[in-house]
Amino acid sequence: MLRFILRRLLAGVILLFVVSSLAYLLLYLGAGDIARQILGVSATQEQVAQKAAQLGLDQPLITRYVTWVGNAITGDFGASWFTSQPVVAAITSRLAVTLSLVFGTTILTAIVATALGVWAARKRGAADRLVQIVSVLGFAIPGFLIAIFLVNVFALNLRWFKPTGFVQLSTSFPGWLSTVTLPILALSIGAIAAIASQVRGSVIDTMRQDWVRTLRSRGLSENRVLYKHVLRNAGGPALAVLAVQFVGLLGGAIIVEQIFAIPGLGPVATQSTARGDIPLVMGLVVVTAAIVVVVNIVIEILHGFLNPKARIS
Amino acid sequence: MNAEPLLVIDDLVVEYPAKGFGKRPFRALKGVSLDIRPGECVGLVGESGSGKTTLGRAVLGLAPVTGGSVRFKGRDISHLKRKQRRALSDEIQVVFQDPYSSLNPSLTIEQTLAEPLRVKKMSAADASKRIRGLLDQVGLPANSADRLPREFSGGQRQRIAIARALALSPELIVCDEPVSALDLSTQARVLDLFKDIQEATGVAYLFVSHDLAVVRHLSHRVAVMYHGEIVEYGDGGQVTSAPEHPYTQRLLLAAPVPDPVRQEQRRADRRRLLESQREMEVQAGVL
Amino acid sequence: MSESASTPTPAVATELRAARSHVGRRILRNPTGLVALIVLTVMVLLAVFADLLAPMDPSKANIQDVLAPAGGAHPLGADSAGRDVLSRLLFATRFSIAGALWAVLIAAVIGVTSGLIAGYYQKWFESVSVWVISIIQALPGIVVLLAARAVVGPSIWLIMAVFGVILSPAFYRLTYTAVVGVRNELFIDAARVAGVGDASIIGRHILSVVRAPIIIQAALLAGIGIAVQSGLDFLGLGDTNVPTWGQMLSDAFSRMYQAPILLIWPSLAIALTSISLVLFGNALRDELERAAGKPKKRRRGTAAYVPDASGDAPVTHDEERADDRATLLQVDGLVVGYDQPDGGVKQVVNGVSLTVRKGEVHGLIGESGSGKTQTAWSILRLLPAGGRIVAGTVSFDGKDLAHLSENAMVKIRGRRIAYIPQEPMSNLDPSFTIGSQLVEPMTVTLGISKAEAKERALALLGRVGLPDPKKTFDSYPHEVSGGQAQRVLIAGAVSCEADLIIADEPTTALDVTVQADILDLLRALQSDLHVAVLIVTHNFGVVADLCDRVSVMQNGRIVETGPARSIFRNPRHPYTRSLFDAILEDGAARGPLAHAADRNTITERSAR
Repeated sequence: MLRFILRRLLAGVILLFVVSSLAYLLLYLGAGDIARQILGVSATQEQVAQKAAQLGLDQPLITRYVTWVGNAITGDFGASWFTSQPVVAAITSRLAVTLSLVFGTTILTAIVATALGVWAARKRGAADRLVQIVSVLGFAIPGFLIAIFLVNVFALNLRWFKPTGFVQLSTSFPGWLSTVTLPILALSIGAIAAIASQVRGSVIDTMRQDWVRTLRSRGLSENRVLYKHVLRNAGGPALAVLAVQFVGLLGGAIIVEQIFAIPGLGPVATQSTARGDIPLVMGLVVVTAAIVVVVNIVIEILHGFLNPKARIS
Repeated sequence: MNAEPLLVIDDLVVEYPAKGFGKRPFRALKGVSLDIRPGECVGLVGESGSGKTTLGRAVLGLAPVTGGSVRFKGRDISHLKRKQRRALSDEIQVVFQDPYSSLNPSLTIEQTLAEPLRVKKMSAADASKRIRGLLDQVGLPANSADRLPREFSGGQRQRIAIARALALSPELIVCDEPVSALDLSTQARVLDLFKDIQEATGVAYLFVSHDLAVVRHLSHRVAVMYHGEIVEYGDGGQVTSAPEHPYTQRLLLAAPVPDPVRQEQRRADRRRLLESQREMEVQAGVL
Repeated sequence: MSESASTPTPAVATELRAARSHVGRRILRNPTGLVALIVLTVMVLLAVFADLLAPMDPSKANIQDVLAPAGGAHPLGADSAGRDVLSRLLFATRFSIAGALWAVLIAAVIGVTSGLIAGYYQKWFESVSVWVISIIQALPGIVVLLAARAVVGPSIWLIMAVFGVILSPAFYRLTYTAVVGVRNELFIDAARVAGVGDASIIGRHILSVVRAPIIIQAALLAGIGIAVQSGLDFLGLGDTNVPTWGQMLSDAFSRMYQAPILLIWPSLAIALTSISLVLFGNALRDELERAAGKPKKRRRGTAAYVPDASGDAPVTHDEERADDRATLLQVDGLVVGYDQPDGGVKQVVNGVSLTVRKGEVHGLIGESGSGKTQTAWSILRLLPAGGRIVAGTVSFDGKDLAHLSENAMVKIRGRRIAYIPQEPMSNLDPSFTIGSQLVEPMTVTLGISKAEAKERALALLGRVGLPDPKKTFDSYPHEVSGGQAQRVLIAGAVSCEADLIIADEPTTALDVTVQADILDLLRALQSDLHVAVLIVTHNFGVVADLCDRVSVMQNGRIVETGPARSIFRNPRHPYTRSLFDAILEDGAARGPLAHAADRNTITERSAR
């Protein structure tokens, strides 16, 4: 098991390196005349050249890349071109907000989706149809549209929640809960739809396996077989979907944060993108890629615990 | 009995590359030699993992040959290029085990049977005529042509697969467990069809099966495979009723006879055989 | 699998043909699919004819009309810059749909081509693709798009092209799995042997299989394309000169307090299109599955179903010697049926009666589809979903199992009636060790401690002939061979000291030499434990080896029953006789091949 985890970690580090390198090279190759973009059309040629030298843009791309990698390893991702704030500071202050939102959504999704999926698989009939309808709607309607709808109904009309704003989890849990309820709802519906239908499908498939009949023939009740054996086997495919959904949630959070004016990574991402603030964009790329890699490793380890075969391959 | 062999397999080795680097490849055939004469049926018996299916696939060019040769009419066909291999389609053909996956479910019987004919640039009218002839030959009604595989039972599908193999009038058909998935009564009828076709056309069979009784029924000569090697090869009646190799003896006595009285006898014979073989092993170990 | 029985009638054959070739046409008969298709067609028409339909220039701002209400010159009102909402909506439809289609097109071209190549040729291309995909999927799509937007600017086409690349793994996976699945099908090998070239194989046999799934996937991805494109524009990162639903939404959202009505039109357009795309994809998939499965269901009135247990009584052989063993299991007039989607019931067992005495081995023999396995499962009350006992009784130990509650049945299974399945490898839960799967039922049914159960399990594993019980106990199912797995399953069946073991083709999946060993084991256990066994098989050799009595099944009925020796010596029912005639074991060998010249002389001689 330890070797399995180490191998996954190594692959994760390599992947992270490849992704960030590719991102760096593509971003800087595609960026054009950066100094001119920063200073605007009114700046003189000298001013532009001076700005370029100040940012190190007069160096060859490879030299800059090597420097960037060297600094990045020590935790230095440079500074924003527009605010001069260090990238690390700009991101870490907001990362916790986004993560609290995304992990909150993931936990809610995992619980609700498993319950719905098992319910639909067991009862079939009306329960099944209900879950299928939820799945279609949740899958089809974009999360930010749901967010806009929720704001209109529950914040503007019913006034149950504030339409915007955020309270840190560390400040007050009820405060946090009241500000993240709508965003988490908006984000989770799509993910619940995807995972519930996956759980439903794999539970139905697993219930059809020969060994389910054999275990029941030994005198185990259907519920015992379902909750101990079937769920564990159906868990693998569901976890794989959860991993994909998590990546989607991370992206969805960026848009939803904008709607609820939540000071997470979303506003930073939007602003730096609109301005072409490449050091900040690079920092975001590395951070999200690192989160994705870590979450994937955790999910693979979980999968390895559930399924002994996965540990070998 | 002095006819020139049609197919000569000489010291054939097949290795499948192992998954992952640095691992030893899996050796499915460890130097197998065999010959088939025109019009002859050679049965190939073995249990799972013995390499019998691999041998059939090597003759068809579907398995990676790493040593030895497969000579068809004097020419080595073990390392042909795809194009040369395709040219062999009117000489060597195949009938597979699984009647369900050996026919494309979305093509009609006519489309399936026309495939080899189209490759040989036969005109549509001629092909259509040939297909009626083939369906008749394998005992299927002419209106089968525009139906889909799933409208047929397992036995009927196997007849269609046989018709496809016969389409180009080959001289050798590799039959890979063609009756193993069929019920007892269907199996007997399909085996009779194989026999009738051989007598009518003079085609040779390499007939792969795990069932000694099936092979005995159809084969002129029988080869027994065990762990990638042929351990016994000779006259069909001889090999299947009075085998010489210890493994073939075990194989023969392991199959239960459909008669309670004789099965009791066979059980006792088997027990004695296993004991004596164990003794011989012990002695061999001591020496 | 009898050859003559399943020849379809011409009517059914025609229906099947229609089902296959016109999935496209069938979707029109699927109500959801039809509605979705209409909505999508209308959307596309609006997009194509936006120039003709729009009353105004969508970008022309008019300060006097800022947030003008609906009516007059602006049928749907005007937005925050005084632009006509209807005109913007029409042009937005054009650009939003075109953007999504463009992304899907790029994704399909990249994904399908690489999927075909990787799936068909595999080797190094496959490993490269795996890495490329993990790189693409290491980042949320939105983050990649934001990064791309940071350098290429707000061009909708460039951004959506990048998004197409991000989506391509979806097509790649789909194509790749389909190709690998089809590639290993024997009909591909047969086509190769028939001399068909690679290009032709891909075109005829492989593309035809993946075509429909690709269309379904494209519909779903187009929905995602619309969502992401709108999302980017909603963030204000799009090209302000190109009206899209996202742009309109963004504008409306900023004026949500003044004119919430403006949110409705773009939201409606996005939701309607996305839902239609998903519903269309689902409907197409349903129709495909239906076309591949059964013929389209015909609605017959759900007339009361009357089980049919009629038919001739079985040929019954007299007992050879007096048998005073008490009856253990008495099945009477058992009818088993499966509920059909049209409300009918498909009968698979048509009135089976069967007696198993204490300590006897009873063989239930028949060909595939004869209902022998269904009979075995009904006794255990473990029929697959949709199947049920429609009529008859199953008396066991004074109880009628056919009408027992599930809770009471749980107490019978394992403890009183045990089961040995056919296929050893698929009958062990792959996620638990073999030991835990033996221990759990013992602790539940016998109420003994885990430690005691473990001790018993180890003893049993030794008893069924496994050389290293401790090692097998700790192994996972995939770590043992088929023969060993079958021994484990036999150990499981005898672990709770049942009175009756139902063995469903316990040796069919095994090699002949392994089968002989397992038969020896079953015989030894049976005589040690004095347990009754009902053994389901299609092999007369197995019956001859083990059974005291036999019942022969055909088409869900028992046609002949009696002591094994009597039936083997003198089969009386025509079907039983035809089965005996088909047995090859006793036939003559074919003999050596006569040389062509010799053969002629033989014919001459025999003609003389």
